[in-house]
Amino acid sequence: MSTTTTPPPGVSEQDLARLAEHWGERPSLRGWFSTVDHKKIGRRYLVTAGFFFVLAGLSALVMRTQLARPEAGVVSPQEYNQLFSMHGTAMIFLFATPMLFGFGNFLVPLMIGARDMAFPRLNAFGYWVFLFAGLFMWASLPFGAAPNNGWFAYVPLSGEQHNPGLHMDVYALGLLFLGISTTAASINFIVTALKLRAPGMSLNRVPLFVWAIVATAFMVIFALPALNVDNAMLFLDRRFGTHFFDPSGGGNVLLWQHLFWIFGHPDVYIIVMPALGIVSAVLPAFTRRGVVGYPLIVLSIVSIAIISFGVWVHHMFATGLPQLSYSFFSAASTIITIPSGIQIFAWLATMLLGRLVLRVPLLYVIGFVVTFVLGGFTGAMFALTAFDQQVTDSYFVVAHFHYVLIGGAVFPMLAGIYYWLPKITGRMYHERLGRWAFWLVFAGMHVTFFPMHLYGLFGMPRRVYTYRSEPGWDGWNLVSTVGSYLLAVGLLLVLVGVVHALRRGRPAPPDPWEGDSLEWATASPPEPYNFPVLPRVHSLHPAWDERTAESVRAGATADRILSDGRRTLVTSELDAHPERAVQMPESTLMPLVLAGALLVFFTSMLFAWYPVAAVAALAVAATIAVWLWPSRRPDEELGVSG
Amino acid sequence: MSDGGGVVAAATGAEALSTELPVGRSAGWWGMVMFVATEATLFACLLGSYFYLRFQYGPQWPPDGIGAPELLKPLVMTAVLVPSSLPVIWAEHGIRHGQRWRLRSGLAATMLLGMTFLALQATEYAEKLKHFTMTTDAYGSLFYLITGFHGLHVLVGLTMIGWLLAASLRGGSFGSHRHERVRNVAIYWHFVDLVWVAILFTIYLSPRL
Repeated sequence: MSTTTTPPPGVSEQDLARLAEHWGERPSLRGWFSTVDHKKIGRRYLVTAGFFFVLAGLSALVMRTQLARPEAGVVSPQEYNQLFSMHGTAMIFLFATPMLFGFGNFLVPLMIGARDMAFPRLNAFGYWVFLFAGLFMWASLPFGAAPNNGWFAYVPLSGEQHNPGLHMDVYALGLLFLGISTTAASINFIVTALKLRAPGMSLNRVPLFVWAIVATAFMVIFALPALNVDNAMLFLDRRFGTHFFDPSGGGNVLLWQHLFWIFGHPDVYIIVMPALGIVSAVLPAFTRRGVVGYPLIVLSIVSIAIISFGVWVHHMFATGLPQLSYSFFSAASTIITIPSGIQIFAWLATMLLGRLVLRVPLLYVIGFVVTFVLGGFTGAMFALTAFDQQVTDSYFVVAHFHYVLIGGAVFPMLAGIYYWLPKITGRMYHERLGRWAFWLVFAGMHVTFFPMHLYGLFGMPRRVYTYRSEPGWDGWNLVSTVGSYLLAVGLLLVLVGVVHALRRGRPAPPDPWEGDSLEWATASPPEPYNFPVLPRVHSLHPAWDERTAESVRAGATADRILSDGRRTLVTSELDAHPERAVQMPESTLMPLVLAGALLVFFTSMLFAWYPVAAVAALAVAATIAVWLWPSRRPDEELGVSG
Repeated sequence: MSDGGGVVAAATGAEALSTELPVGRSAGWWGMVMFVATEATLFACLLGSYFYLRFQYGPQWPPDGIGAPELLKPLVMTAVLVPSSLPVIWAEHGIRHGQRWRLRSGLAATMLLGMTFLALQATEYAEKLKHFTMTTDAYGSLFYLITGFHGLHVLVGLTMIGWLLAASLRGGSFGSHRHERVRNVAIYWHFVDLVWVAILFTIYLSPRL
C-alpha cells in the first residue's frame, strides 16, 4: 500500500493505523482469496475481463487471417463457427460488461465518498462467478465443443436436431451461470449509489459516471431475465425434449428471437452507457471545466435506459412481422438517436468552451466521438426498414456494430484506463508510448472496419468462413485483415504501456489531473478504507470545491464513530442526509465457496451428472444459509448490512 | 440530524447515530426490492411467452386432448397460499415490538400453509402427468415450466422462512432493533404470493375467457 497519505489535520497517525487495521487484510493466500475490498475486486474484474478480451481478440485475428484471401484453408468451417461464436459471446458477455463493471466497482464507492460497496461479500461472490463462468465457456474451445452458432444462438440452428453435441449447452449454461454475477453486481451498484453517498451528495450532485452505472444496472435488472428465460428454454428443449422453439410441437422459433432481442437491444446500451459515463468523467479534467448540460445528460441517460426497451424488433425487420410493428419499432429506433445526440452535443460544447489538455485520455475521447458518430449514422440507416432488408446479415452490419462497440465502448474504456491508471496503480503511464498506441489503435480500427461497409453493400454475407473471388471483395478483405493486425499491435502497445507503468512509472500524486470528482481526494492508490474522514459534498465538483476539503478538516476531529470499526455511513436516497452508521462485513471465504459450488452444479448439468448436480444445489443452499447466519454482535443496534 | 451540520453533525452526534432507531430504508431492503424486481421480470417473460405461443398456436387452446384446466384445485391452492402472507405480517410486526413468540408462531403458520400448497401442487402434478407431460407439446412445456418454476420459488421462500425460524429458535438473533431480515424475507414471500395470482389468471382462468 502507498505511504503517501498524510493525515488531514485532526486525524492522528493512530487513527489512520486503527482504520488500516479494521479495513486491511493480512498479505496471505487466505487474505487474497477472502478479500471483499471493492478496489481489489474492481482490479480483478479489469484484469480478468482484459484476459478474456485478449482471447476473443486472438479469435478475431485467426478469422481475419482466414478471410484475407478467397478460398483460404487456415481453419475448417467447424472451427470458424466456434471462433466467431466465442469471439462475439466473449466480447459481449465476458469482456464489455465485466470490464465496465470493473471500473464501476473500483470507482463508484470512491466517487460517492463511501468506504465500500453496499454488499461487499456479494461483490466478491459476483467476481468469482464471473471468473468461473468465463473459464467454463472458454474451456470448451480446446475440446472443439465451444458454442458454434453465433452470440445470438438462433433456433432452430442451435436446437438439438441441427446442432448435436455440447456446443450450445455450453452457451446456455454458461450464460445462465454468468447472469448470476451480472445480476448480483447490478443490484449492488444500485443500492450502493442510493444509500452510501457521502452526506450532501444529493441526486443533482451525483457524478455522471455513477448515473450511467446506475442506469445500466437498472437495464440489467429488467433485461437480463429475458435472456435467462430464453436460455433455460433452449437448454430444456435440447436436453429434455420440450417444445418451446419447436414448431412441430406447437412451439415457435421467433419466440427465441423476441426474448433474445428484448434483452439484446438494451444490452447494446448496457455496454455503451457506462462507457459514455467514462467520457463524461474524463472530460472535466482535460477541458478544465464541468461537462455542459448536466441535467440534460442525466435526462438523456434515463430516457435511453427506458426507450432502449422499445426497439428490439429492429433486429427482426427481416422476419416478416406485421406492418404495424415495423412502423412502431422504426419510430422508436429513430427517436432514441435524440438523447444519444444530446450527449454528443454536450461533450462537443464542453470541448469548445473548455481549455483542451491534449493527453492520451482526451485523444481517445475524440477518437470515440468520431467513430461512434459514424456508427450512429449507419445505425439510423437501419431504422429504415427497406434499407435494413437490403443489408441485413451482410458485412455492412458487422461494420456498423464494430463502429458502435469499439467506438462507443472500447475507446472510452481505453480513455478510462489511461485516466485512472494513476489512481488504480499509483503509477503514471508513459505519454509517448500511449500516443503511439492510440494512433495505431485508431488507424487499425478504421482500416479494418471501414471497408466492411463497402463489401457488405457489394453483397458479402457475414458468418461465412470463406468466399469465392468476387470483384470488390478480395482487395478490401485483405485491407481489413491488414487493419486488424495494426489494431492488434496498437492494443499490444496499450498493454506494454500498462506493464511499463507498473514497473517503471513514476509514482502518481493523489490528483495528477486535477479531476473534479471525489476519487481524486484520496491517495493513489487509495488506502483500504478509501477516506480517512468521509467528506461532505457541497457541489457537483467536490474535488474542485474548497468547502469539501474544509469539511474533511472540520469533520476530522469528530469522525470517531465511523472510524471505530469497519463502518460506513448510510444516507437518505434523495438528499443524502446521514441516517446511520453501519457495520460492514469482514473478509470471508464464503463467496469463493459458493461460487465453487455453483461451478460444480453447472459443470455437472453440462455433462448430465444429475445426481451430482442435485448434491451441488444442496451445497449451494447450505452455503448461503451458513453465510447469512446472524451473528450476535454486541453492537447489533448499528444494524448489519450485507 | 439537520442539513446544517452535515457529516459533522453525523459525526459529532455519534451517540445519536448509534442509539437511534434506524431511519429510512436500509440497504438490505433496497437489495431485496431490486432482487424481487428482476425476478418479477423473469415471470413476466415466462407469462409473456405463454401468451405469445398461445396466440401463435391456433383456436384450440389448450390443444386437443388436454382440455381446459380444472379450476377447483388451483382455487384451493390459492386459498392456502395467498392468506399465508398474513402470518408473515403478524410475525414481522411482532418482532418490531420485540415479541419473539409472535415471530415464531407467525413463521411456523406460514411454513405450514406453504408446505400445504406444495403438497397440493404435487397431487395436481400426479394427476396432470397422466394426461400430458413437458414433452407432449408446447402447452405441456409451458405449463410445467411456469408452475414448476413458481413451485421452486415457494420452496426457496419456505427455506428462507425455515432459516429465520431456526435462527430465532436458536436464541434471540432477532429483536426490536434487529428485524431487517424478517422484513426482507417477508417481501420475498409476498412476491411469491402475488406471482401465484398472475399464474392463476394466466394458466387456469385465461383459457376459459
